[in-house]
Amino acid sequence: MSHNWKWETFFEAMPIVLKGLGITIGLTFACFGFALIFGFVWTFIRRIPFSPIRWFVTWVMEFIRSTPPLVQLFFVYYALPMVPVIGVTLDPFTCAVLGIGIHYSTYIGEIYRSGIDSVDKGQWEASTALNFSTLDKWKKIILPQALPPTIPMLGNYFIIMFKEVPLASTIGVGGIMFMANSYGALNFAYLEPLTIVGIIFLLLSYPSSILINRLEVKLNTRFDKNALIGKSPKKRFFLSKNLEGSDRIV
Amino acid sequence: MSAVTEILPQLLRGLGITISVLLASAIIAYVMAFIAGLSRVSQNVILQKITAVYVEIFRGTSLIVQLFWLYYAIPMLFGIQLGSNWWTGVIAIGLNYGAYLSEVVRGSILAVDKGQTEASIALNMSSFQRMRLIILPQAVRMMLPEFGNYSIQMLKATSLVSLIGMRDILYYGDIMRSTNLSQAPLIYVFVLLVYFVLALPLIWLTRKGEANSKKGVAS
Repeated sequence: MSHNWKWETFFEAMPIVLKGLGITIGLTFACFGFALIFGFVWTFIRRIPFSPIRWFVTWVMEFIRSTPPLVQLFFVYYALPMVPVIGVTLDPFTCAVLGIGIHYSTYIGEIYRSGIDSVDKGQWEASTALNFSTLDKWKKIILPQALPPTIPMLGNYFIIMFKEVPLASTIGVGGIMFMANSYGALNFAYLEPLTIVGIIFLLLSYPSSILINRLEVKLNTRFDKNALIGKSPKKRFFLSKNLEGSDRIV
Repeated sequence: MSAVTEILPQLLRGLGITISVLLASAIIAYVMAFIAGLSRVSQNVILQKITAVYVEIFRGTSLIVQLFWLYYAIPMLFGIQLGSNWWTGVIAIGLNYGAYLSEVVRGSILAVDKGQTEASIALNMSSFQRMRLIILPQAVRMMLPEFGNYSIQMLKATSLVSLIGMRDILYYGDIMRSTNLSQAPLIYVFVLLVYFVLALPLIWLTRKGEANSKKGVAS
């Protein structure tokens, strides 16, 4: 069954697929925002000085990140309403935010952790010596130094999540992938709409990855200056190596 | 307890597909990673450009789009069948992660100290000898943890093949859920557990690779 490329189908499918673009982008932002906030939860729980909790949370994170997000999505969508007591029925969009957001929050929690670990030990000691309260220490000393170097990595995760969001089409969120599939099913012409989806992804993710690379160069130079003051070449090497891995997923 | 003995054997029927897709796509991904990674550090500009296009296309679009594209578009466009759904899934996952891993290969080769290249030139080694005897043995060690991480990603990605009708673990889980909705939480917890058990050796290997990559690399 050979089927040639038809430009008329391409142009007919274009507006239909583009209708889903807003939902895809909105879902990406929602998932990313959720993961950014929830990532802090993991990071702070793992700092509790009680080793059983730390150990447990580390394994929970390992579990979430090494099992498929698609299954987690199905779990939230199909299984959560069936869970006794806490079970609630949610609309597909919220399910997608929860499912994809929780999956990626484990990665983002790791990023926060690496950022916090990168703050020189002397900064902790100095702020203790200056009698800062715990809140002030975090707010004024640690986080302002820990967060900027993590921004490029977070940006990379934004792009990764943008590419993961089409998974939500499987539970019926009407993004571009869903639109393309339903157009394909109606007209039995999958080739053109799916190609449009691919082109949209390329057009959106490639320029943003270039932007993030630039941001990375900018923030890394700033960061290197800080590291020079800290006089710790070894740590500087470790971090710049960590931060340069722009596409590293784990 | 009866639920356990009912659900688990059903799910394990899909185990063969999941593992075979993982192994085959991992082999394709590793081979593509070295081909594309080495092409990108080669002197040949045309080779560099072609691989850059491959890498950008497969990293720029998402796996699920590529999977559906291969599934629906290839037979339509060229009138050829990729063999079966199994091959479609394996090729999609393999090419996608091959593109990501090629960047790991490239990065690791570039991360080997310049002095090593200079020294091997001074020792009058050919470029093939240099790559084979000096650069790659050091670069491969640096790659190990990333290869482990991406292998875990590939295991997760195999769950997507259920969307193109492959009978993997998730497929059987979905079938059971559709006939028995009230047991859905338990079924999906079991699906997740099976994937986690499959991932455990990979997690362990990744940690080992991390420990290995730290020792004995000239920097």
